Amino acid sequence: MDTSKGDLSLVALTKSYGSFTAVQPLDLTIEAGSFFALLGPSGCGKTTTLRMIAGLDAPTSGRIRIGEKDITDTKAYQRNVNTVFQSYALFPHMTVIDNVMFGLKRRGDKDAKRKAQETLELVQLAQVGDKRPTQLSGGMQQRVALARALVNRPDVLLLDEPLGALDLKLRRQMQIELKRIQQEVGLTFIHVTHDQEEAMTMADRIAVMNAGRLEQLGDPATLYEMPRSTFVANFLGQSNLLRAQVLGGPSDDGVVRVRSHDTELEVSREHLPDGVTDVWLGVRPEKLRLGEAGGPNRLRGIVRDVSFTGVATQYIVEMPWRQELTVVQQNDGTARATLGETVTVSWAAAHGFALDASQDAEAGAELVDEHG
Amino acid sequence: MAESGVLPTAPTSASPSTPRAAGPLAEPRKRRNWVPYALLLPGMLWLVVFFVLPMITLGSQSLQEGNVDDGYVFTGNVGIYVDAFQQYWPQMVRSLLYAGSATVLALLLGYPLAYFIAQKAGRWKNVVLVLVVAPFFTSFLIRTLAWRTILSDDWFITQWARKLHITDLLQAVGLTSNDSLLFSQFAVIMGLTYNFLPFMILPLYTSLERLDPRLLEAAGDLYASPWQTFRKVTWPLSLPGVVAGTLLTFIPAAGDFINARLLGNTQTTMLGSVIDAQFLRVLDYPLAAALSFIMLLTIVTMVTIYVRKAGTEELL
Repeated sequence: MDTSKGDLSLVALTKSYGSFTAVQPLDLTIEAGSFFALLGPSGCGKTTTLRMIAGLDAPTSGRIRIGEKDITDTKAYQRNVNTVFQSYALFPHMTVIDNVMFGLKRRGDKDAKRKAQETLELVQLAQVGDKRPTQLSGGMQQRVALARALVNRPDVLLLDEPLGALDLKLRRQMQIELKRIQQEVGLTFIHVTHDQEEAMTMADRIAVMNAGRLEQLGDPATLYEMPRSTFVANFLGQSNLLRAQVLGGPSDDGVVRVRSHDTELEVSREHLPDGVTDVWLGVRPEKLRLGEAGGPNRLRGIVRDVSFTGVATQYIVEMPWRQELTVVQQNDGTARATLGETVTVSWAAAHGFALDASQDAEAGAELVDEHG
Repeated sequence: MAESGVLPTAPTSASPSTPRAAGPLAEPRKRRNWVPYALLLPGMLWLVVFFVLPMITLGSQSLQEGNVDDGYVFTGNVGIYVDAFQQYWPQMVRSLLYAGSATVLALLLGYPLAYFIAQKAGRWKNVVLVLVVAPFFTSFLIRTLAWRTILSDDWFITQWARKLHITDLLQAVGLTSNDSLLFSQFAVIMGLTYNFLPFMILPLYTSLERLDPRLLEAAGDLYASPWQTFRKVTWPLSLPGVVAGTLLTFIPAAGDFINARLLGNTQTTMLGSVIDAQFLRVLDYPLAAALSFIMLLTIVTMVTIYVRKAGTEELL
């Protein structure tokens, strides 16, 4: 089994509409059998990229290859690629089983009925084959749409915000379900979403896109722990970003000293980009500790807000220079603080990350709230 | 003021679930809603006065005997239906054939046009729709007479058709009887197609306009070629429009007599012309009434079979 045969490669793939470039030259290799997520805010070019892979939109330039085969100039119906559409796009004049068999029948598969039934069982809809799509709930329609694509065993299965129309609880359930099905059938899934939590829950690898460009590529943990831009730092989870200057080379213990607002702080050498002196020093809210137990980096401030969320409590701590830091503390019996109290906030060098300060500290932050 | 009462009213809303209302006899008083009937009334009255009563009159007239001078007496002469059919079946068959051909032609012309307007015309949609309806701004008679000019021997269409041997071809298949286009079966079918084309296009447009282009994308994504996409998705989803359009074309075309009279010859008479002549010139009212009824029953039967076969009730 040579899995690299089915890798999907995008080579300098570009899409422009007149003077507007929806997708800047994009180079990306997606390993066969992986669960890949294209993550970004609306208008970042992720859906356009997906439609180019599906063959629904023609790229302005660049190539698309599956394994050795160049599919750039083939039509959608000639590609061994299937899509689960955001709107499901189920055929209303056909029964569920006819919907699922549609692709197989176009290819003259004699065994269509059995395969379709098996796939309906896989998505736990064995009983509804004779119903019309309109008689099903949104969640069930979503599964039919998935089965209809899955049954063809495509080289690449594209999912265009497939869970967008479902309520939160059903969405969570389907995320786990999708992951299970992907592992069971072993196909390449490319999932387009604006929901960072969804992408991190499901995908092996995530490509974060912003304004038509690939912002960062990596597995969920790397993207979260070591974002390479303020956009990624803010779009994936929350970040506290402190303006800081680098104070010289690394010391023996692999940390670099930086100065932020007259306080000396340290950050791991590998979390600092090369050749920059002005940085944003970032640290995630849950990495901050109230008190001095968190590590050698310490800042003092006044608690301005306390919100209890069950498993954790979120504090807003105001620094002397009026910047507000968000601290999330597990409710595990460790130090607590009350409103108006002056506290010390601490964290370890390994938990911080530095980003080039020429970037906008707010990039990507406002986009998170928009989608809840 | 009203806000203060919001909370206390809540408990009473739970009363339907209490045992008091559970018995089958404790059904709440039925409040009859008369509004739907009131809305139906004007239309029903209209139909009774201008459709049901004339139909009854026509029916009884077909069973009368006599003449205009001495008056007609009801004799229950059912035999007239047999006579009428025996005498005029060629005109009847012709009516159905011409109307059928015109319907098929209108569908072939109208479907691509309706598809274009509905799916591709973009901001020109309304302009093109107005153009489709534009012929209605002139009278039916004038539009039909215009075809006499269009198909006249000395105009370029007939000239070109002769040069390209289309006239020979039409003559060979029997649609014309000489090397002219006018006053032939061909001209009648053209006239019918032209006059009823908008009735085909508008319902087709309505159903194709509702067609979600994303379904066509989905079909393409599932390996359907453009032709398969049309056959498996576009066509079945537009069937309600096809059925409505063909009925709205076929039914009036089958009863039409203007096109046959203005564009045809003595060999192209349709049943409508016969009925017209029997009523207004021969003044044989029973025969004309019987012919009308035969026509009516034939079309109702055909339409019923057609709609059943097309299975439109299953669609959406």
